[in-house]
Amino acid sequence: MTVRDVHAIDGKLPAPDARFDVVVVGAGSAGTAAAIAAAEDGASVLLIDENPVPGALIGSDVPHFYGGRMTAAVQQPARMLEQVFASNPALETAFAAGVDVRLGTCAWGLYVNGPALRALPGPMLGIADAEAATMVGFGRLVLATGARDLVLGFAGWNQPGVMGAQGFAALLTRYDALASRRIVILGSGALALETALLALSRGIAVVALVEVADVVQGPAALAAQVAAAGVPILLGHTVAATRGGIDGVEGVTLTPLPSPAQEDALEIACDTIVLAIGSAPATELLDAAGTLPSETIHLIGDAATVTRPDPAYLQAWATALGQHAPPDTIVCQCEEVTRADLLGVQPPRYLDRPHAMAARSLASLLNDGPAHPDQIKRLTRAGMGACQGRRCRDQVACLLAQQQGVPLATVPIASFRAPVRPVPLGILADWQESAAMTAGWDVWFGIPTQWTPYAVIGTPEEADHVAGLGGTMHV
Amino acid sequence: MSRGSAALCMSEADLPKGAAVVVIGAGVTGLSAAWWLARDGFDVVVLDKGIVGWEASGRNGGGASHYQSPLFAEEQRLWPQMDDLLGYPTEYQRERIIIQRDPDLLDHYRAVGRMCSAMGYRVDDLDSQQAQDMVPLTDQSCLGGIHLRFGGHANPQRTVQAYAWALQDLGGRILQHCPALSIETAGGKVVAVDTPRGRIACDALVVAAGSQSGMLLAPLGVDFPLASARAEMIVTEPAPLMRIGGVDGNGLYGRQTLRGNLAFGGGPHEWIDMDEAGPKARPTSPLIRNLARRVAEMFPKAAHLNVIRSWAGVIENTPDGRPILDRLDHPANVTVATMSGVGFGLSPASGHAVRDLVIDGACSFADITKLGLARFKNLEPDWREQRGWAA
Repeated sequence: MTVRDVHAIDGKLPAPDARFDVVVVGAGSAGTAAAIAAAEDGASVLLIDENPVPGALIGSDVPHFYGGRMTAAVQQPARMLEQVFASNPALETAFAAGVDVRLGTCAWGLYVNGPALRALPGPMLGIADAEAATMVGFGRLVLATGARDLVLGFAGWNQPGVMGAQGFAALLTRYDALASRRIVILGSGALALETALLALSRGIAVVALVEVADVVQGPAALAAQVAAAGVPILLGHTVAATRGGIDGVEGVTLTPLPSPAQEDALEIACDTIVLAIGSAPATELLDAAGTLPSETIHLIGDAATVTRPDPAYLQAWATALGQHAPPDTIVCQCEEVTRADLLGVQPPRYLDRPHAMAARSLASLLNDGPAHPDQIKRLTRAGMGACQGRRCRDQVACLLAQQQGVPLATVPIASFRAPVRPVPLGILADWQESAAMTAGWDVWFGIPTQWTPYAVIGTPEEADHVAGLGGTMHV
Repeated sequence: MSRGSAALCMSEADLPKGAAVVVIGAGVTGLSAAWWLARDGFDVVVLDKGIVGWEASGRNGGGASHYQSPLFAEEQRLWPQMDDLLGYPTEYQRERIIIQRDPDLLDHYRAVGRMCSAMGYRVDDLDSQQAQDMVPLTDQSCLGGIHLRFGGHANPQRTVQAYAWALQDLGGRILQHCPALSIETAGGKVVAVDTPRGRIACDALVVAAGSQSGMLLAPLGVDFPLASARAEMIVTEPAPLMRIGGVDGNGLYGRQTLRGNLAFGGGPHEWIDMDEAGPKARPTSPLIRNLARRVAEMFPKAAHLNVIRSWAGVIENTPDGRPILDRLDHPANVTVATMSGVGFGLSPASGHAVRDLVIDGACSFADITKLGLARFKNLEPDWREQRGWAA
């Protein structure tokens, strides 16, 4: 007879609340087209998109680095919803084709069975809107999740007006809620050049592109278009300082590399600095699930085609920006971790920093072997905040590479963990919990003998004690 | 190689040829043992397959209130001193509150409270209003609770690193990413541990390698029965700090961190296969929704807070869920230690006990003979299946 551990997870995770032949995450052009095509083939299709994202999350730079340059329009859900429709006419076609389209719905967790998780009744996706979370099963999952901003810090980057290229484009084209009028763009690759052309087409002044390398990184044709618009591309330059006021960025100081002379510094007035050094495919769902694209899980659109910039290039940028960043430059905005804190692996400010900590540093930690960004996160709290590490993950990796003197490509990126979008407790909660889950729940393992007071072990009272207390313990 | 990378990994020449004591496993139990040994001047080397505290030692609820353990009095004595003794912060905070919204569970914990009081550890009953006064995130749905005037909680990850640094400050060495491959014996004693980077001779060995302990000990003819399971926790964005952060109940264990995050786990575990390299993955499951529900029920005034992370850890359990702390008869210079899934809070004392076993052959401050390995000598080979603990 097979004995069951009633407190084990087997059989307790319910089947998904709903199931579709095809689930598409991301209603951009690629995702919407895929959903329509699947529906036209007769499949049942769910298409979700997290936009419009609640205003509070936009303020926390979820999912893009919006850098506080959104207008008050983002606080009006009805207008935001209208904008999402207006910016993607294909959504009407998707509705007409019978696609179940749900906007304002994020995908926060992908679950597939693997070597350390075998209790799932099948692969499923956790989604949530403003009301509730739902588990959705799928025959095929299509991730059209786009790209995420790669964020590198510099002096003053943590004030309103410093944003990512993805955040810039989203506010401008999807939401029509961008407050920037006069921008400086960091980078000269295709992303930076396209950002410049997009801004110009919408009447936003592009004052300069800044590039640490000696040559323009993007296609010559795009660069020529930017140049033709009279926008200078400052090669071999970096950000030395930013000027700010009550509304954030008011100007930037650029200096030539490698060793800046004060007299060569350029002062440029601007209200926004757009980080367009690079993007990364937004594969958090896969990363958190510890899985890869497969027969049933596909990446399409930017999520499939965007490539991270060459690690050496990214590291060159991080180094150039870092050389002018004072020790008190914030790296992790959520937890207010500075460069000095990180390099010193110092505990957060609410803890005392005892004398012995003075001798500890990232360098001393690295003497014990390669450090993992998750270890740095545990010690300094960098990446532990409400933005889920979106703004500091890549900076921490660059700093680790720099300190270790190793290529960035060899340093892991801090882990993504579900929920990959912030979801409130009351929304994430399973309020219709399965009876098996409720019945088999125990605080810890439900091993009654674990909690027997030592003095009682081996005495006549032991059996009574074990029977009386049961396993529901853990104090 | 640049200056930085030259210092990155210990070169072969830096690998210690030997040590008085080699400890396998840089979790809290192994690190605390090594620290206690180093405090007495012993030359200690700690080996780990990965990074300090990377398994269950750095992934747990941080509780430190284990009335059931023979090590508890020593745990209680030491925790308030640990920041000073180690020289690094552990975030230790005193006392615990357990609240309930289910009348049966409240009765159950009231009985636990009476038992603890009878053992000499004071527990006060809280009625609903008292509980609401002490736990501002709950509401009138809380029927009451118990207030443990003992125990407490600390930050597992910070504490693990504090042990590691304190050990290094005393001259102890930690070799990360350096698994023990095999244990070499001669004349009935362990003489060395083999690693991918070379052989390290030793006079005594401590095996505190968590889930890997059984696999390391088997070739020595030592049956060290363990089963491994995965358990999950969730973390919210910070809530306003409660006066006592060590609040749990409603089927959960956990705490409010000093930053304000609510970090809670509980509920079903999953028995998993384990090999020498450690768990193949540490995923969480949709169970995080059941955890979220219980946190939202326990703290209705925090139900609007975002969950921002979840994580899983792998825990080893002995057949009776009680620790094994023992000095072996054969090989006679080997001390084995597993805390069976309840090791973090007891670590200040478990390290002391292991130090005593290694040096003196017996624990100096408590009787721990009932935690010996001998209790499993007649264990059936299919003990996991008999308990439903097979992966």
